[in-house]
Amino acid sequence: MIELSNVSKYFGSAKAVDGVSFSVNEGENLVLLGTSGCGKTTTLKMINRLINPDNGAISIKGKDIQQENPETLRRSIGYVMQNIGLFPHYTIYENIATVPKLLKWDTNKTRPRVMELMKKLHLPEELLDRFPAELSGGQMQRVGLARALVADPPLLLMDEPFGALDNVTRSSIQAEFKQLDELLRKTIIMVTHDVQEAFELADRICLMDKGKIMQIGTPSALLHQPANDFSRKFLDGQRLALEFRVSTLKDIWPYMRAKQTGIQRDQPDAPEEELHRTLGLPGNTSVWTALELAKANAQTNKVSFTALMDGFTQYQKAVRHE
Amino acid sequence: MVLPNIKKQSAMNEPQQSLLAFMLQESDKLLTQTLQHVGLTFISLIFALLIGLPLGILIARKRKLSGSVLGFAGVLQTIPSIALLGFMIPLIGIGAKPAIVALLIYALLPIIRNTYTGIIGIDPHVREAARAMGMSRQQILVRVELPLAMPVILAGIRTATVINVGVATLASYIAAGGLGEFIFGGISLNNTNMILAGAIPAALLAIVLDLLLSLVQHMSFRRLKMAVYILPLFVVGLSTFYLIPSAYGSRLVAGFTPEFMGRQDGDIGLRDTYGLKIHTTVISDAVMYKAAYAKELDVISGYSTDGRLKAFDLKILEDDKSIFPPYYAAPIVRTSAMKKFPELEKVLNMLAGKIPDSIMTDLNYKTDYLHQTPEKVAKDFLAAHQLLKPSRNGKQGTVRIGSKIFGEQYILAAMYSMLIKGYTDYDVATKTGLGGTKICFDALVNDQIDLYPEYTGTGLLVLLQPAPQLAKKLAANKEDTYQYVKQAFLQKFDIQWLQPIGFNNSYALMMRKKQSAELNVNTITDLKNYLDKE
Ligand SMILES: Nc1ncnc2c1ncn2[C@@H]1O[C@H](COP(=O)(O)OP(=O)(O)OP(=O)(O)O)[C@@H](O)[C@H]1O
Ligand SMILES: [Mg+2]
Repeated sequence: MIELSNVSKYFGSAKAVDGVSFSVNEGENLVLLGTSGCGKTTTLKMINRLINPDNGAISIKGKDIQQENPETLRRSIGYVMQNIGLFPHYTIYENIATVPKLLKWDTNKTRPRVMELMKKLHLPEELLDRFPAELSGGQMQRVGLARALVADPPLLLMDEPFGALDNVTRSSIQAEFKQLDELLRKTIIMVTHDVQEAFELADRICLMDKGKIMQIGTPSALLHQPANDFSRKFLDGQRLALEFRVSTLKDIWPYMRAKQTGIQRDQPDAPEEELHRTLGLPGNTSVWTALELAKANAQTNKVSFTALMDGFTQYQKAVRHE
Repeated sequence: MVLPNIKKQSAMNEPQQSLLAFMLQESDKLLTQTLQHVGLTFISLIFALLIGLPLGILIARKRKLSGSVLGFAGVLQTIPSIALLGFMIPLIGIGAKPAIVALLIYALLPIIRNTYTGIIGIDPHVREAARAMGMSRQQILVRVELPLAMPVILAGIRTATVINVGVATLASYIAAGGLGEFIFGGISLNNTNMILAGAIPAALLAIVLDLLLSLVQHMSFRRLKMAVYILPLFVVGLSTFYLIPSAYGSRLVAGFTPEFMGRQDGDIGLRDTYGLKIHTTVISDAVMYKAAYAKELDVISGYSTDGRLKAFDLKILEDDKSIFPPYYAAPIVRTSAMKKFPELEKVLNMLAGKIPDSIMTDLNYKTDYLHQTPEKVAKDFLAAHQLLKPSRNGKQGTVRIGSKIFGEQYILAAMYSMLIKGYTDYDVATKTGLGGTKICFDALVNDQIDLYPEYTGTGLLVLLQPAPQLAKKLAANKEDTYQYVKQAFLQKFDIQWLQPIGFNNSYALMMRKKQSAELNVNTITDLKNYLDKE
């Protein structure tokens, strides 16, 4: 859906973005990951023409964005700013309704849509008439997200959408975010410098350094097949945590199946349906999430923390020996 | 210049009338002047906004321009207001137009500067968010930048308004009306009530407008939205006050000083004695002659020895019914100073009878028109009359000479200074430019100065203010007037009138020579008849 080919941007002599190429498929969630100053924001801003590239071409659905009217283009792309950037003189309602107003929507259309998003993003209705300064940081980020989503754009650009949050709020918003039906069909390019967040949310990760792409691929590929020293070093230190995130129940199921069901390992592969029934979770749930759930609801859960850990350890052993 | 006891002093000279009584009596004028004042303030504010806002926006976009634009507006701001009004006359004449232009020039800087700082002070992320949402430049300006800069812009408008209320008092100098008419009229007429009747409303106006605008400035965004719609209506509404006209119909236009307007031997006498009805505007002495020359005015109330009479080719209309009393100039000295400086009297009287009208007009012409310094003119005159002696650099005390704020007085002060230094062992300190009669006289009474040149007519009508009957009788005769003021001053104030210098600088009505010849108007009665014929 989106295609960047050999895109560069210089600020004076500094190469903020240096020959970047990648493409993002429809409905895919690509995360731009890298240390501060590596050019993530600049890359993102070139996609909605907040910054014009010095070199290279960007196309959306096959159309060169340089040929389009920048305002029309931006109205059709959701953008969540690194610094939220709510309008301080607009109420929350007016903030969320910014793009509909520019698109000259009827109030009869705008109002229900705003209300719908407020509900989906767990924003209490009484905030509608408040001003941004009267909101908490987490609320402001949700409003920023609502503002980007309101016109239901097929493409969403998000620059560290959870950047300014404490860890607790952050993981709860991330969890909500993942479950948000609004986002399921969308093509999303998201920027973060938080490796855990990238692994949590990405279909593919684009790892950048000094304006260049170091590696682009699935989280598992980044973790298990680093393309270079930079990729390896970047993930070092968090490897274990990341293994938990990239491994799914499906991966470890064969190693815990016997204990959970009494069926032996050498018997034919069990269908996913069996896993789901036994563990009460879909097969693509990450081990990390399953562990968290097990720990949180030790009583009601169908599988214990220890059983999961056990399965994971055996799986790791097996993988390493392959 | 701090003059103690002004209150006490003026209470002594004035008929017992309370400020309130004065304000009630003059309530019509007061209302007109206040409305004119508010009108002037807001008309100029509107124009300043029309020019300043776009300029502020422009330099916020093209920051390279900001230095020069703000610098230029800053320079305009520093031009003294009187000078600015003076520049305007040859360009746009007198009346409301130049006053509005001058006011708008003063209002410009705070508006441009605050618009500029308001816009550049906006969080760049907010501006970027506006772009990212797909707003055009125009939409960003109207929906984001201006509303966010509004509190700062309003602060600028507030400053501009308060400045304008103050400067608008000077509008009365160029026939644009406003509360300055009372203030400056009161100063020259030695009428404290009149000064206060202008000054108090002007101050109240400034305070009230400042307060109102500060309320608007500190409103929340929610209320500000409404205020921003209401404010322009409010401003436009107030500016229409100025249009409430003072209609009068005559072909000739007169310009009288505020002092002349309020005097028995001025405008009042012209009406009472001559029955003169002419469309009259109030204007300052400083620009009056120029305005007559530029055909902005046809009849003005000048002084008979004014150098500009010669410079601007004006003719004095004969006062055939003698309403203007004689104004013979003589030094007046506090008795205590005479005792302290025994040789003073002899030296001051050296000028007695030495300067007749024609010579004084010529001397004034040299300062006012040829721009020679009063010192040079004084020195040349003394030298020509073999009176000049080099200074003895005396150390036996310092004589303090005062003067009112116009050329003739400067010249006389300079002559006295040279004579005292040359013929005695006293040193001299000159305190020239002591505003009008009132300030000069109060300074003399309160021992701030020792002497200044005064005019018999002024002493009689402004400082002594005898009953109108007596005044009229005295004013008819030059010698009677002199003797009366001499005695009364000694008794009342312990101040001595020395011998008259010779010339009579009385009030006079003047016209352009050419016009006077064309209309065949040579006396004030001719003028009245001409006006009545229309
Ligand atoms: N407007 C600008 N002018 C000059 N240099 C800039 C500008 N914007 C960005 N840069 C530089 O370009 C480089 C990349 O900036 P960018 O904002 O894309 O980094 P980033 O990866 O988003 O970093 P962070 O994680 O801190 O947000 C940085 O070195 C930055 O200093
Ligand atoms: Mg960034």
